Amino acid sequence: MADQPLVKVTIDNITIEVPAGTTILNAARKIGGDVAPPTMCYYSKLEDSGGKCRTCLVEVSKGSDKDPRPMPKLVASCRTAVMDGMEVKNITSQRVITARKGVVEFLLINHPLDCPICDQAGECDLQDLSYGHGEEGTRTEFRRRTFEKHTLGNQIQLHMTRCILCYRCVLVADQLTKTRQHGVLDRGDRAEIATYIEKSLDNDFIGNVIDVCPVGALTDRTFRFKNRVWFTKPVDAHRNCSKCCGEVRLWMRGDEVFRVTTRRDIWNEVATASDGKTGWICNECRFEKKKVSDWVIEGPTKVNRKSVISANKYVAATKPDEFLEEVMKGVKPRFMLDIHNESEVNEPELRLDLIDGPAHSNDFKIADEAHNKKLLNGSE
Amino acid sequence: MKKLLLEKDHIEGIRFYETYRREGGYKSVEKALKMSPAEVVDEVKKSGLRGRGGAGFPTGLKWSFIAKPEGVPRHLICNADESEPGTFKDRYLMEFIPHLLVEGLIISSYALGSNVTYIYIRGEYAWIVDILEQAIAEAKNNGWLGKNILGSGFDCEIYVHRGSGAYICGEETALIESLEGKRGNPRIKPPFPAVKGLWQRPTVVNNVESIAAVVPIINMGGDEYAKIGVGKSTGTKLISACGNINKPGVYEIDMTISVEEFIYSDEYCGGIPNGKRLKACIPGGSSVPILPANLLLKTAKGETRYMNYESLSDGGFATGSMMGSGGFIVFDEDQCIVRHTYTLSRFYWHESCGQCSPCREGTGWMEKILKNIEYGKGKMKDIDLLWHVQSNIEGNTICPLGDAAAWPVAAAIRHFRDEFEWHVLNPEESQRRNFGLAHYADPLIPIGELV
Ligand SMILES: Cc1cc2nc3c(=O)[nH]c(=O)nc-3n(C[C@H](O)[C@H](O)[C@H](O)COP(=O)(O)O)c2cc1C
Ligand code: SF4
Ligand code: SF4
Ligand code: FES
Repeated sequence: MADQPLVKVTIDNITIEVPAGTTILNAARKIGGDVAPPTMCYYSKLEDSGGKCRTCLVEVSKGSDKDPRPMPKLVASCRTAVMDGMEVKNITSQRVITARKGVVEFLLINHPLDCPICDQAGECDLQDLSYGHGEEGTRTEFRRRTFEKHTLGNQIQLHMTRCILCYRCVLVADQLTKTRQHGVLDRGDRAEIATYIEKSLDNDFIGNVIDVCPVGALTDRTFRFKNRVWFTKPVDAHRNCSKCCGEVRLWMRGDEVFRVTTRRDIWNEVATASDGKTGWICNECRFEKKKVSDWVIEGPTKVNRKSVISANKYVAATKPDEFLEEVMKGVKPRFMLDIHNESEVNEPELRLDLIDGPAHSNDFKIADEAHNKKLLNGSE
Repeated sequence: MKKLLLEKDHIEGIRFYETYRREGGYKSVEKALKMSPAEVVDEVKKSGLRGRGGAGFPTGLKWSFIAKPEGVPRHLICNADESEPGTFKDRYLMEFIPHLLVEGLIISSYALGSNVTYIYIRGEYAWIVDILEQAIAEAKNNGWLGKNILGSGFDCEIYVHRGSGAYICGEETALIESLEGKRGNPRIKPPFPAVKGLWQRPTVVNNVESIAAVVPIINMGGDEYAKIGVGKSTGTKLISACGNINKPGVYEIDMTISVEEFIYSDEYCGGIPNGKRLKACIPGGSSVPILPANLLLKTAKGETRYMNYESLSDGGFATGSMMGSGGFIVFDEDQCIVRHTYTLSRFYWHESCGQCSPCREGTGWMEKILKNIEYGKGKMKDIDLLWHVQSNIEGNTICPLGDAAAWPVAAAIRHFRDEFEWHVLNPEESQRRNFGLAHYADPLIPIGELV
């Protein structure tokens, strides 16, 4: 694209020049900040991604110098190319803000909102999107959609209820692995990510689906419930790998490597490796190299996204003494569920409030064992 | 009125080649193959023919957009997926005069330079597949298909492909995906099929009726065809009429007749049965806005409404509707609009492909809200919520199915809000009887007297 002629585009009153053929989204990312629309499905490193989630909708108030007519509908900025003289409104358009609120609401009406027990919490694009662009409260009172549980093998955990059907994981399997073993079955709001006949996903590069998944639908089983991301410390490291670039991010606590992931850029996409290619990593690096001695440590990661991880100013929470009604200024909660009872995840009787400081994986292990013992003895 | 498409549908044996040919069939192919492809496109342009699949886009113009890169094959696909509730005109045409479609496809393929042409047919039309395949075989045996047709140097094959029962595969890019053997997800445009369609080759997708209409256009000439009808609604249109009328069926109309004539005259629907009165009507297939009787027969300005593209859409969505696919659904005073809207929303919820968030989640949400209202569990605020949900879907989706799901809901609330409110306020009574006519139905009250 380097030899493409430059075209002028104005987004939220800021004018820049980009090569012809650039999408509105990528032009806006060049400007950066709030001018860049949020994205949930587009992934610059995956061909043919985008267009699906509709969070990046923008208003084109002037088509181009040649044809100044505005576009009647909002367009997906990730899939619409700029034209010379185009004028785009993102955060300066009320229509866009309203439509985006609508999209966030749609993405949430069937989402389980189980962030407290979700491994993605703290680095979840849907959390960020809801905080940044959503409306407070919910207007739906219907039972949320659930799916039958399917497993994808020992390495990758699928929680279909959290999926937003961005299709990124499908594209990863298509573009990075030899054969795609999973896909989307059924249609409408019954559509789900599945392997049809329960298969495990174990292609060499398939672990990258975990990193592209914007929500907690695909998570690392070897990291499952081991720790909250904000308790672990990201460290950049590399090793000599024959399959991939070997440049990774380790998520550590003390000397323990909890998780290995790709490195991310400011858009939360896999960063470019030092060889100039996209820094996808192989399954061996991701799932099997969990010792510090496997890696050459480069140093702590500079997290440049505004997320829980970068804040890292965790203060031990104190349990409020007031009753809920007082906290909510007299409003009675419509219904409450005790997440410890509702979720299979926290079955182990672990009183988080009794633990001094943040919980450590060992605490879970001990609680787990106690719990298993109880099950075996059939205490009821 | 002179019929152009269904002129000979009553002739015994017209389904078979011998009779069809004896009755003047395939003459247009002889004529077209002596013209250049560009001249054929020109005739279609001159005819003013508008796509009969729903959107009404000028066919000749669409054909002239097809990209012609050197050495890349082009394709014509006939969209016979006809799954819009209320629409069954293509089925009639294919079932009773299949050769008309085959004939139209040969000329259109010639005009577009498509050597391999497909008919993508709705899976449920299983028996029509056999009829079409027989017609294609007959045409081929008689030299109208295959290599070097009539010595013109033009080769053409037609294949019939059966869908698997998904409404969304009628959307042209989903159709193309499905034809390629993939999941029927609509593509994100651009690129448009005219540039990159089937197997990334330039492709035109046209409705069955649009293709069939090319036959009379070539036979009589585009200019002559354009003289039939009115304004930008040239030629004749097939309307599939159903609902509470005396004579449901497929009618070929000249687009100069009024809606009133179409519903009440004995030549067409023959009026409403059992002495009932007209309550509402969906004039163009389930996706287009429903209109109450007063706005159906007369526009908001008090002018007569006619059965054509311009007149049906007069007043925009506020007081008008659309020609759509010609699925004409009539409701009498006994029909419940809430129930009907719920039924439609269930259809769209079931048929959404699930690719984009507003349609995937929104269609299901609307269905649930409407179900509550219909079954006496609705609240007043649900009506406003429904309105917001539909407006958040409309225009924000990948393909027009999102709009198609939103429009009927919007129109029902816009014109029949009191009926929704009555359902909410009378949860028990609404289970036992219908709301009835209210003030918007026949006999006509001038719009000014409505509050
Ligand atoms: C959800 C959806 C379903 C559609 N179904 C059909 C159909 O069954 N038959 C059809 O001819 N067009 C259908 N269309 C319209 C096609 O996308 C396309 O516009 C049409 O085939 C073009 O043909 P025409 O120009 O001859 O009208 C559908 C569109 C949408 C969005
Ligand atoms: S599982 Fe994750 S990556 Fe795959 S479609 Fe769902 S949200 Fe996207
Ligand atoms: S609007 Fe509906 S049917 Fe069309 S692409 Fe989106 S989800 Fe699929
Ligand atoms: S990021 Fe553009 S539609 Fe999802």
